[in-house]
Amino acid sequence: MSEITRKGHAQEPFIRISKRGDEMPVWKAWGIRVIGLILALIVSAIVIYAIVKLNPLKIYVSMWQGAFGTSKRTWVTVRDTMTLLCIACALAPAFAMRFWNVGAEGQVLVGGIATAACMIYFKSLPLPLLFLVMIIASIVAGGIWGLIPGFFKARWNTNETLFTLMMNYIAIQLTAFFVATWENPKGSNSVGVINRQTKVGWLPNLFSEGYNTDFGWNVIIVLLVATLVLIYLRQTKHGYEISVVGDSENTARYAGIRVKRVYIRTMALSGAIAGLAGFLAVSGASHTISTQTAGGRGFTAIIVAWLSRMNTYVMLVFAALIVFLDKGATEIASSFGMNEYVSQIISGIILFFVLGSEFFVNYRVKFRGAKTGGADK
Amino acid sequence: MDSKYAIEMRGITKRFGHVVANNNVHLELQKGEILSLLGENGSGKTTLMNMLAGIYYPDEGQIFVDGEPVSIQSPKDAFDHGIGMIHQHFKLVDVFTAAENIVLGLDEEGKLDRKAIAAKVRVIAERYGFDIDPDQKIYEMSVSQKQTVEIVKVLYRGANVLILDEPTAVLTPQETDKLFAVMRNMKADGKALIIITHKLHEVLDVSDRVVVLRKGEYIGDVPTKEATQQSLTDMMVGRATALNINRPDPVDPHPVLEVKNLTCVDKDGVKRLDDVTFTAMGGEILGIAGIAGSGQKELLEAISGLYPVVSGEIKYIPDDGTALDLRGMDPMAIRKAGIAMSFVPEDRLGMGLVGSMGMSGNMMLRSWKKGTGPFLKRKDPNQLAMEIWKNLEVVTPGIQYPVRRLSGGNVQKVLVGREIAAGPKLLMTAYAVRGLDINTSYTIYNLLTDQKMKGVAVVYVGEDLDVLLELCDRIVVLCGGQVSGVVDARKTTREEIGLLMTQFRKEGATA
Repeated sequence: MSEITRKGHAQEPFIRISKRGDEMPVWKAWGIRVIGLILALIVSAIVIYAIVKLNPLKIYVSMWQGAFGTSKRTWVTVRDTMTLLCIACALAPAFAMRFWNVGAEGQVLVGGIATAACMIYFKSLPLPLLFLVMIIASIVAGGIWGLIPGFFKARWNTNETLFTLMMNYIAIQLTAFFVATWENPKGSNSVGVINRQTKVGWLPNLFSEGYNTDFGWNVIIVLLVATLVLIYLRQTKHGYEISVVGDSENTARYAGIRVKRVYIRTMALSGAIAGLAGFLAVSGASHTISTQTAGGRGFTAIIVAWLSRMNTYVMLVFAALIVFLDKGATEIASSFGMNEYVSQIISGIILFFVLGSEFFVNYRVKFRGAKTGGADK
Repeated sequence: MDSKYAIEMRGITKRFGHVVANNNVHLELQKGEILSLLGENGSGKTTLMNMLAGIYYPDEGQIFVDGEPVSIQSPKDAFDHGIGMIHQHFKLVDVFTAAENIVLGLDEEGKLDRKAIAAKVRVIAERYGFDIDPDQKIYEMSVSQKQTVEIVKVLYRGANVLILDEPTAVLTPQETDKLFAVMRNMKADGKALIIITHKLHEVLDVSDRVVVLRKGEYIGDVPTKEATQQSLTDMMVGRATALNINRPDPVDPHPVLEVKNLTCVDKDGVKRLDDVTFTAMGGEILGIAGIAGSGQKELLEAISGLYPVVSGEIKYIPDDGTALDLRGMDPMAIRKAGIAMSFVPEDRLGMGLVGSMGMSGNMMLRSWKKGTGPFLKRKDPNQLAMEIWKNLEVVTPGIQYPVRRLSGGNVQKVLVGREIAAGPKLLMTAYAVRGLDINTSYTIYNLLTDQKMKGVAVVYVGEDLDVLLELCDRIVVLCGGQVSGVVDARKTTREEIGLLMTQFRKEGATA
């Protein structure tokens, strides 16, 4: 009888994983992340050597050069980091509310469409006014695109993940429609570079004359957005409402917060900032519009926003890392004549380790027999 | 192998942390018997049954099935031993049909043969007198039909022992009668049944024997024939224990809240509050007693504007005597109207506080709207948090430390402290001392009594009768969403309240 009783008690499992009770100190958390990055470089070095028999160090140097090799390349890396950061900033208010906005892709696209439309139809306006109109149009377009799922969630409690996801497809179709409308030259199935000769509506250089040699304005606009979003979330009544709704809808109702209004307002804001990112992508980068204008960055930004826990300044670090990997991967693919998949494997490994280190920041792993405190990594 | 008992539980003890949910409990269930398991809230009935169903595993003691010692480590083990439990909250997939839910989780070989399953379900239904359509989807079903599916699911798996956890709580009297008829059919077929219920008349109506638990302890068992409502109540509530809570006489009682004929209906159309009328006086503590789920939560939420009201009046009477109707106001409207109402809800972290924020952020839950401009004013809430931290001796590393990580008692101190600091005229608390240790409980009692002496109308929803008897001035007893009595706490007895808690009004009783 006693034996049966004993059998019933579960054996201590080999590995026990538990959420950390206390937040670990900042230096320790970043330490783990750096260790993750180093491990990533070591593992990818082994993989590189095993697959292509190349010196891994050469590959890493080449990656660095792909991102920062020339002043032009550095600026492009900075520009793309800013666009990604802007989209991540757009997601922050929605995610802080636990509203899974996966529709940034579409919100960026409609912002881009609005920008392109202004560049095409209002090119005779005085430049400062034109930029104002472009910015407002992109914000309004993105805002509406975000407001729709927010409204449906508030009114009928629809699933926001599916809703925002499907809004992406509508935005892509809409973009395809406008590409066909604005096709230039005819038969090319693309809009081509808008105002190629006059460069009307192109975001100019900040530090010098001309276009496309620095992207200072992108930096200024996005850093401003990042700062404002951070203040909005942390210091304003609206930001407080968002945090409460994100924690518990019941608590929000108890506190007299009008939950539906918060859903709609916050999603409109989220979409609006994504729309602004669309403006940057069109006016400040490609000067054209296509279904590739968002290019999956609406989804990549989810990782950036989430890893940074809605801190827009931390987002800068992760956005830069992801853009760097992307540029580096493209570079090694071309300069070593490698299959593009190999370079993607490398950036995949690095991303895996960086994301993986978040697990160790948030969870404690204990092996059987280990004393309390346990191994951290 | 051929034991007289279908189930025997010997010396069962189960602890959760330092709380002993069951202490050395014995229980025998004969074949072909309906056994009632009776006890107050928190007496450990559901915990005990969960150990039979494989949800918990006992810390000490042994379970026998058909005289054989067994170890039940999972619900699957329980099924293998022929034990099936019908939980209070149904565990069904809404978009599946009855038949699909019934076979869900069974690893039978081959293709899913819906026709064969439906046929088998119909055989079971006919045998015991169930009313069930195997092809109906769950979301189209009434609560009683869903319960039927749960029972058939258990029978389909060949259960010989059925445990029903408060099956009648969600049923109308007619549906209850139907359920009891089915239970008697199962008994006649040799099945053994355990029913958990608070309703004494049902115990007397359907069961053969009654086992009583109190505060996790086994009190005894009696054949139903020899039991009366009175004798069962005595066993259930036991003798009063003196707590010595300081209770000064009420000062200058005057009505602050008048609730008249209040009726509320939930999403499923079930009446949660039925014609409730009472008055809360400033300068006294009004207790609200009742079995869990008798409408306490809905009552407080309806008053604070969080639960829709179907009919009736909720009148708030400020000092100048002009009554205000709170019906249809949401919490923000109530606050804007200048009504000094505080509410300590039952779900502390899910409704009263924001778990991820610190004390400071939680103080803002009341004051976030204050001040002009878009920015938060943090100074006052920070100061308030510091005061509460100090005065109520909240154990926390700091006022920014997430309250989710505090112990239950400290969480409650933060919540009660904030609500009292708002300077209410009406203070409502739901299960204010649930899960708290003795010292913290007394802190809360004293805080509430202080408020009463300041002329505040305190409404105290409680579950421990001893506390209600010693803390409150008057007690409203709820039963099935109705007021079954209002008593003077100084003159009444545990037994009287116990009876009122289980006594339905005429139309509520089974005919």
